[in-house]
Amino acid sequence: MVQLTLPKNSKIRTGKTWPKPEGAKNTRTFRIYRWSPDDGENPRVDTYFVDMDTCGPMVLDALIKIKNEIDPTLTFRRSCREGICGSCAMNIDGRNTLACIFGMDEIKGDVKIYPLPHMPVVKDLVPDLTHFYAQHESIMPWLETKSNTPAKEWKQSVEDRAKLDRLYECVMCACCSTSCPSYWWNADRYLGPAALLHAYRWIIDSRDETTGERLDDLHDPFKLYRCHTIMNCASTCPKGLNPAKAIAEIKKMMVERVV
Amino acid sequence: MSYKTDYNAVAGLGRANEGVHHFWMQRLTSIALVPLTILFLIPFGRALGGGHEALVATYGQFGNAVTAILFIAVACWHFAIGMQVVIEDYLAGGARLVLVILTKLFSATLAVSGIIWPSPPSCSAPEDRPNVCLSNRTTHL
Repeated sequence: MVQLTLPKNSKIRTGKTWPKPEGAKNTRTFRIYRWSPDDGENPRVDTYFVDMDTCGPMVLDALIKIKNEIDPTLTFRRSCREGICGSCAMNIDGRNTLACIFGMDEIKGDVKIYPLPHMPVVKDLVPDLTHFYAQHESIMPWLETKSNTPAKEWKQSVEDRAKLDRLYECVMCACCSTSCPSYWWNADRYLGPAALLHAYRWIIDSRDETTGERLDDLHDPFKLYRCHTIMNCASTCPKGLNPAKAIAEIKKMMVERVV
Repeated sequence: MSYKTDYNAVAGLGRANEGVHHFWMQRLTSIALVPLTILFLIPFGRALGGGHEALVATYGQFGNAVTAILFIAVACWHFAIGMQVVIEDYLAGGARLVLVILTKLFSATLAVSGIIWPSPPSCSAPEDRPNVCLSNRTTHL
């Protein structure tokens, strides 16, 4: 259901302003969302100043620098630093993206960093993605077959493999789903763009033998049809994928079955 | 407190086996409304301002009457299923259910009223012919 205001305990307050690094001539201001489950206080936005002369170019570089040199309590997920693991997804300058591949030169003014929108927060920039992962599991993101297992591999032509391009690259960072208003209001029942993109990836996999069952599972006004082609998913995807197109293709296949 | 697993929460009550018809009808009615709106507005615009007589004369013609009825029925249908989606998006629980029912009722009432109209603005039937108003109405439509 739609929520137009934040709950009382989620209202954001002005937080601490950390001291500027000594001797730094080229500093940049970072305003970062902070919340801890341990102190029972409302979230706040802390202000940090980072010496850009000794900082890497990406937002994640600055976050790591803040954690190492200014405030070790700042909490965020990160792993690969090259856009493959999807761990460092967060809302930077109003856009959901991966901190590791988002350059600070793309941002004008202060760098504002918040966790992914409309998700429960574990701490600071770490959202709780439990439900998101369970939704992914629900679409059976694996090859399902019924024929006898071949002696070697399940074969796939070059053409059929090419159909999976722009789909298999998804790293499940949740940027798309958490940018989708339909997902904000109905995440309990709507699967969201990420899970549906993966569903489509397996629906059109030439080796999969459960296409009908997969479509059956999505035949629901909420699981699939909450997508209204808002396109936030496509515009925010840090990998340049288009989940809205994948969902539209599923809807087309649904119609093909009945008309 | 609930010990439901995450997977169980996502599975919910399972798939509804519904949605494709609603989706398809939304598309079909929207496409149908493009020519129907034009075909409805042209004679309606001509009759507008000519008073009740002009309206009755316009919709006394078979083609105009069929187009008008189709336009009203399809538009109300499109409105009903479109509003249902909006309500489902923004509301939950009892409010969602009640508003979807009210929307359907409202749309059906609007469609029936629109199709029966135009009727004479006032009609006093002679005592020996009590059905004259009704017959006027059906004849002109």
